[in-house]
Amino acid sequence: MSARDDLARRVVEFLAEHDPDTTDRVEFLRARYDAGLAWVAFPEGHGGLGLSRSLQAEVDRLFAEAGAPDNNPRANGIGLGMAAPTILAFGTEEQKERFLKPLWTGEEIWCQLFSEPGAGSDLAALATRAVRDEASGEWVVNGQKVWTSGAQNARFAILVARTDVDVPKHRGMTYFLADMTDPGVDVRPLRQVTGEAEFNEVFLSDVRIPDTQRLGDEGQGWQVANFTLNNERVAIGGRALPREGGMVGIVSQTWRDRPEARTPELHDRLLRSWVEAEVARLTGVRLRQKLAQGVPGPEGAAMKLSFARLNQQLSGLELELLGEDGLRYSDWTMVRPEHVDFTGRDAGYRYLRAKGNSIEGGTSEILRNIVAERVLGLPAEARGDKDVPFKELPR
Amino acid sequence: MTDLDLLPTDIEEDLRASVRGVLDRRCGPDTVAAMYDGDRAVVEPLWRAMAVELGLAGLLVPESLGGSGATAREAAAVMEELGRACAPVPFLTSAVIATTSLLPSGDELLGALAAGERTGALVVPFSTAPDAPLPDLAEGGTVRSVAGALEADVLLVPAGGTLRVVDATEAGVEPVVSLDMSRQLADVTVPAGAGRAVEGDGEAAARAALLAGAALLASEQHGVASWCLRETIGYVGQRRQFGRVVGGFQALKHRLADLFAETEQAAATAAYAAAVLAAEDADLPIATAVAQSWCSEVAVHAAEEALQLHGGVGMTWEYPVHLYLKRAKADQIALGTPGAHRARLATLVDLPGGTA
Repeated sequence: MSARDDLARRVVEFLAEHDPDTTDRVEFLRARYDAGLAWVAFPEGHGGLGLSRSLQAEVDRLFAEAGAPDNNPRANGIGLGMAAPTILAFGTEEQKERFLKPLWTGEEIWCQLFSEPGAGSDLAALATRAVRDEASGEWVVNGQKVWTSGAQNARFAILVARTDVDVPKHRGMTYFLADMTDPGVDVRPLRQVTGEAEFNEVFLSDVRIPDTQRLGDEGQGWQVANFTLNNERVAIGGRALPREGGMVGIVSQTWRDRPEARTPELHDRLLRSWVEAEVARLTGVRLRQKLAQGVPGPEGAAMKLSFARLNQQLSGLELELLGEDGLRYSDWTMVRPEHVDFTGRDAGYRYLRAKGNSIEGGTSEILRNIVAERVLGLPAEARGDKDVPFKELPR
Repeated sequence: MTDLDLLPTDIEEDLRASVRGVLDRRCGPDTVAAMYDGDRAVVEPLWRAMAVELGLAGLLVPESLGGSGATAREAAAVMEELGRACAPVPFLTSAVIATTSLLPSGDELLGALAAGERTGALVVPFSTAPDAPLPDLAEGGTVRSVAGALEADVLLVPAGGTLRVVDATEAGVEPVVSLDMSRQLADVTVPAGAGRAVEGDGEAAARAALLAGAALLASEQHGVASWCLRETIGYVGQRRQFGRVVGGFQALKHRLADLFAETEQAAATAAYAAAVLAAEDADLPIATAVAQSWCSEVAVHAAEEALQLHGGVGMTWEYPVHLYLKRAKADQIALGTPGAHRARLATLVDLPGGTA
């Protein structure tokens, strides 16, 4: 029996034992995790069956067709896309046992405490300190993070902090799993260009993290964070969409609905963008087929580059196409959205929100450097901060 | 429109390695550059070796008709390697386009084409898009800028809705000075009523052949772009100016990173077009329009960047970049320009232009 058939049989058997109509939603999701039908590529005992990643879409489809509840993946994108694969790759058995299941079911939402006001693109410049309290063995964390999406809803965070200032900046960082309910954690909304507050500033004051929530070795934070970021870029740029999915579908529909707005120039731009969107979609398909055989490498950066450019190109085109309606905006009231929706609300929102696509998850400039250096093997920029102890760097 | 496998199989990789091996040994840049000075002596023996020894001529011909019954996926792997070498062999024009135009009829000529004993060409301007009007030579006449005609000993001539098989000796084949001398064009003059008619709807067969050719041309364009990208990375990684390797300058790194992204996208797009063609999937017209729109432009962009980033050396005859620029630009026009393919796409995906 092929892996695909075997998987389908398992789903049928599972549904026979857990009727989606009568089983409590969370109970259903927990049972699905226990049956290895959550992340099928994860090992048995941790939500999976050790199958190819390429089968995930199939299992999700089978559950959706049966009307089964999902884990509202949009509400926990960072948990599912970034925290989970990193915990799987670097976590201890105890950490996997503790964190993966409630993460997958959505009972615990995750956020990411990486960027800082002085360390955005230059992540290794981060200054948030984690100092070990020799008495208790706990880590005491102080600092400020920024651009934290979903922090107001998050139960846990993946956190990178500096644990050694006597070594060069890339070597002195350590990766933690932080409890967002700790009294030292202060989350403040950060209002953005769209008017809403999707992001936050997070202030960390004497936050105590037990050593059992250190992920990876002390000083290994840069490597672990890079693993997370490669997954993030794939999650942002390489999502499986149908043809004409996402922004290109919205603009194409607007085009069909408004024959009076069509001009040859807009037509040419629309068709070029349509082609590019389809090409990006196919590249995502191919990338996921490659990933089914391994872990995300820096190639995901190229996907994210084109995703950002396309979204900006298309959302700008849509406003022009809308003419006088493009001059209006739905609502400037500050709201706190439950999840990030690039294509949500109206055309003006989409135009403004898309501007963030070339900044979040690595700016397009940094991603080009990553592609040039790590994929193409071109020389790194000359820089003066790589071999200098962090404490001696001018800041 | 399912998610077809876009990664190469072991069989495709083996074939690719064989083709590359032959090209590495027998078809270096000097060989190709010699075409521009009128030396075409290499083409015949090179094509014979590839057509017969590697079985490339019969790749798309079913085994029952004397071919190897491979699919468009294998043909795409070959096209990519031919693009990477700017190879001057008539694989596209004979083994893909002429051969495909005969497949619906199962014409007896297929056996000779598959065996590499004869080489064919479809008599249309090389710029003809799959849905553009075809020439009609029922009353005889001349078709300009035909690719593959110089190498062909048998011509497939559109005439009154049929295809006619005309021996090249019965036609006038006049070589023309071509932008891309590695795929030199000819003006072909055919007398009225020459040759014999192939059974079936010749117009439909010719269009299907042009569509298949356009789908697979994307792989050649990906090959051209890959060569340009790799050579340029190698060059800027060695060339020193201002006391450092120029490939370390961010302005160049960013351009090459963008080119890498475009080329990876071309790889996926060309692979999809070939996979759709191989699967006889109904998505072929859209897949081909997308692939031709994208891969044509990427190949030209890659060649233009290669020339620019090689600096003065890129402008010289001695250095092979010019061969790829000429191939890329000619390929952009071949089988329909990107604009023509986007216009076709607009109809296929219901994005009509204005009515004014």
